[in-house]
Amino acid sequence: MNKKYIIVALILLLAISFAVAKSRKITCSGSTTVLPIAQATAEAYMDKHPDVNISIRGGGSGVGIAALQNGSADIANSSRVMKAKEVSQAKSKGINPTPYAVALDGIAIVVHKSNSVANLSIAQIRDIYNGKIKNWSEVGGPKLPIVVISRDVASGTFEVFNEKALGGSKVVSSAQLLASNNAVASTVGSTPGGIGYIGLGYLTEEIKTVKVNSITPNTKTVQDGSYPLARKLYMYTNGKAKGDLGSYIAFIQSDAGQKIVVEQGFIALK
Amino acid sequence: MALMLVLTALFLVLFLVRMFSQGAKVLSWDFLFTAPRDAMRAGGIYPALVGTFLLTALSMVVALPLGILTAIWLTNYGRPVWLVNILRVAINTLAGTPSIIFGLFGMAMFSNLLGFDISLLSGGLTLAILALPVIINNTEQAIRSVPEDFREASLALGATTRQTVSRVLLPTALPSILTGAIISIGRVAGETAPIMFTAATFYSRQLPKGLGDEVMALPYHIYALMTEGTHPTEQVPIAYGTSLVLLLLVISISAAAIWIRSSIRRKRQW
Amino acid sequence: MKTFKEKSFQTITYTAALFTVACLLGIIFGLFREGLPIFKHVGLKEFLFTNNWYPTHAEPGFGALALIVGSLVVTLGSLIIAIPLGLGAAIFLSEMAGPRLREITKPVIELLAGIPSVVYGLFGMAFLAPLVREWFDLDTGLNVFTASLILGVMIVPVICSMGEDALSSVPKNLREASLALGATRAETIFKAVIPAAKNGLAGSVLMGFGRAIGETMVVLMVAGGAARIPSSIFDPVRPLTSTIAAEMGETVMGDLHYQSLFALAIILFLITFVSNLITESMLLKRGKK
Repeated sequence: MNKKYIIVALILLLAISFAVAKSRKITCSGSTTVLPIAQATAEAYMDKHPDVNISIRGGGSGVGIAALQNGSADIANSSRVMKAKEVSQAKSKGINPTPYAVALDGIAIVVHKSNSVANLSIAQIRDIYNGKIKNWSEVGGPKLPIVVISRDVASGTFEVFNEKALGGSKVVSSAQLLASNNAVASTVGSTPGGIGYIGLGYLTEEIKTVKVNSITPNTKTVQDGSYPLARKLYMYTNGKAKGDLGSYIAFIQSDAGQKIVVEQGFIALK
Repeated sequence: MALMLVLTALFLVLFLVRMFSQGAKVLSWDFLFTAPRDAMRAGGIYPALVGTFLLTALSMVVALPLGILTAIWLTNYGRPVWLVNILRVAINTLAGTPSIIFGLFGMAMFSNLLGFDISLLSGGLTLAILALPVIINNTEQAIRSVPEDFREASLALGATTRQTVSRVLLPTALPSILTGAIISIGRVAGETAPIMFTAATFYSRQLPKGLGDEVMALPYHIYALMTEGTHPTEQVPIAYGTSLVLLLLVISISAAAIWIRSSIRRKRQW
Repeated sequence: MKTFKEKSFQTITYTAALFTVACLLGIIFGLFREGLPIFKHVGLKEFLFTNNWYPTHAEPGFGALALIVGSLVVTLGSLIIAIPLGLGAAIFLSEMAGPRLREITKPVIELLAGIPSVVYGLFGMAFLAPLVREWFDLDTGLNVFTASLILGVMIVPVICSMGEDALSSVPKNLREASLALGATRAETIFKAVIPAAKNGLAGSVLMGFGRAIGETMVVLMVAGGAARIPSSIFDPVRPLTSTIAAEMGETVMGDLHYQSLFALAIILFLITFVSNLITESMLLKRGKK
C-alpha cells in the first residue's frame, strides 16, 4: 500500500523536474580567493537579471579547474594560470579553457600583529617555508619558533606562491595545510609565531602584512607589477563565453563590476 | 562508574548550551525563510533547508522501496542461498563503511561516469546507497519480530506468500519499519561527506528547479562557512545558527522515532 | 500453482535483492578498479611505508605513511577517552542504575549518537580548539589532542549502547550465583559479569574503533591538516579521511592523483572491513556462551 504511494511520488517528482522549463543557470567553482568577488558580483548581477541563477562553490582553484575539465562547472574561478598539462588534459576531453582576467591581487605574506618583523626577502620566505629557518630571531624578529601555515594542494594561491616565492621547492612537512584564505588568515591571527600567505582581500585586524623585498603590496605596486607576488585572478570558461555567461563576465570586467572587486578588498584591473 | 555517565552528560550539556547560546543569536523567521545576502553576511539559509529536504526525500524515495523489497525477499523467499549469503556480507560490510567512501564512489560513478555532474540526482543517489544497508537490516528485523504464529496462521488459512506479506507481515511490522526509516532520514540529513562533491554548492540564490541542479545543504553550509567563509565575524554565528537548525531537525526526527517506537511497544499485546 | 501475481511479486522482490547486491558490490568493485592502477606507478611498500605525500608536485610523491599513522593516532586517542567513559557508563547503566534511570538515559544516549558529525566539527573548531590553545599555550588548537577529544565523545554512545547490551545479556543467575557465594556487588561485577561479557564488550570497543577511523568531518575540521607523523599529541595531523575529502574535488577522473585517493580509500575500506569482521566474530562468540 505504502509502496504504491512511494512509486507515485517518485513519478511525480521526475515529472515535475522534466516539466519545468530549462532554467538559466551558471555554475561556478574553484578558487577561494576569487570567491568573495564571485559572490558579490553574482549577487549584483542576479539583482539586475532575476531569471538567471548563479551558483558558486569553493574548494580551491584546482577544484574549479577539475570541474571545468569534467564538465561539471561553467566557470572555473582560478587564482592562477592553468598549467599546460591541465590545458592539454582539458582539450583531450573536448573542453577549450578560455581565460578571462577579472581582478588583480597581490599575495600578501602575513604574520601575527604582535610580530615585529616588517620585511622579508624572497630568499628568506623560501627558507622559512622549506624549514631551513626555524625561528623568528633568525630574521630579526622575536625569539619565537616559526609556525608555517600553508594551503592544500587544490589552492591556486598555493601554486602561485610556490612558483613565485618558493621556486617550486617543497614545503616543510610540519606545515599546516589549510583549505582557504580565510582559514589561513584566522589561524595566523591566533598564532603569535605564525606566517601565512593570503589574497589581499582577506586581511584582518589580527594580522599584518610584511613587505616583500621591501615592497608593500598595494594598488600601485600590484598594478605596475613591482610587487613580487602580484598576480591576476581569472575565470575560465569552455570556449568563448557567450550568452548569460558572457554577459556575467562582461559585467565583472565593467566599471560597476570592478567597483565591487575593490569593495571586496582586491585590486581593479586598471 | 556513575562518574563516567555524569562526565558524558556534562559534556552533552556543555555542547548543547554552547550551540544554543551561539546559534540562537541569529535565529529568526528571516533566517529560516530567506536566501543568503550580502556575501553571506546576512540573510538566511532557506535554500539550504530546501536542499537538505530534497536530498533526503530523493534518497528515501530510492532507498525505501529498494530496501524494503530486499528485506521482504530475505525473510520470505531467500532462494538461491548463495544470493542470501552474498547479500548479507555486502550489507554488513557497507553498514560499517565510512561515509567518505560513499562520497568518493558517488562522485566517480554518478557525477563523472554517468555524467550527472554535481546535482541533486547524484547526491540523492549517493545518500540512498548510504542508507540502504541500515534500512534493509532494520526492515528485516522488524519483519522477523512479527510473531511466527501470525505468519503460520495466515498460511494455514490458505493465503499465499504475497498475501501474507502484504496483509499480515507488513502492516504489523510497519511501525518498526517506519521508525527505522525516520532514523535513516535523520542520519542522511546530517551527512556531509557524501554530498560534498556530488551535490552541494556554497551559494545559490534560487531554489533548485530540477534534479540536475546543484543544491545548498545544511551540513555542507556549516562546513563551508567555517572553512571557506569570506567574512568570519558575521559568518561563524551563521554557522552556529545553521548547526542549531540542523540539530533541532535531527533531534526532533529522532524523538519522533523514539516516541513512535515506545507507543508501539505499549500498545502491543504480544 | 503460482498465479501471475505471486510470481511477479516474487520476481520484484528478487530483482530488488539483486539490484541491492549489484549496488553494494559495485562500490567495492569500483573502489578497487579505480585505485589499484596506482600501484603500477608506485610500489605497495612505498605507498604504505614512506612519508612523502606530494601528489600534485611536478614529481608526485605518493607515500601515505603519515596519513595512515595520523588516522591510527587520532583513533587511538579517541578510544582512550571513549573506553572509560563508554564502558563505565555501560557498566553503571546495566548493573547499578535503577530501571527509571535506564529508561531516561537510553534515549539520551541515542540522541547523542544522532548528532551530525559536522556539528561536532564546528564545536571543536570554533569553541574547543581555541580553548585548548590557550590552556596549553600552544601554537594551534587544531591537533591530535582536540580531535581525539571530540572523536572520543562521538563514539561514546556506540561503545555504551553495545556494551550495555553485552552486559545485560549476561544471564541473571550468574550474578545471583556469585552473590550467593559471598562476593560483594563490586566483585560480582568485575570478576564475574564483565569477564562473562568480554566478547561483547570487546566487540563494542572494536565498533567504536571502526566508527572513529572512518570519521571524516570532525578530523577534517579539527585535526589540523599537516601531513606528517606527529611527535606529540599537540601536533596537527592529517588522517586518511581528511586527505580524501580535502583532495577529492581537485582530481580529474583517471589521473594519478585520482587513483591515489582511491588507493587511500581502499586502505581505509580494508581497515574497517577487517575491524567489522573481527567485531562480528566477537559477537558470534558471545552468543555461544
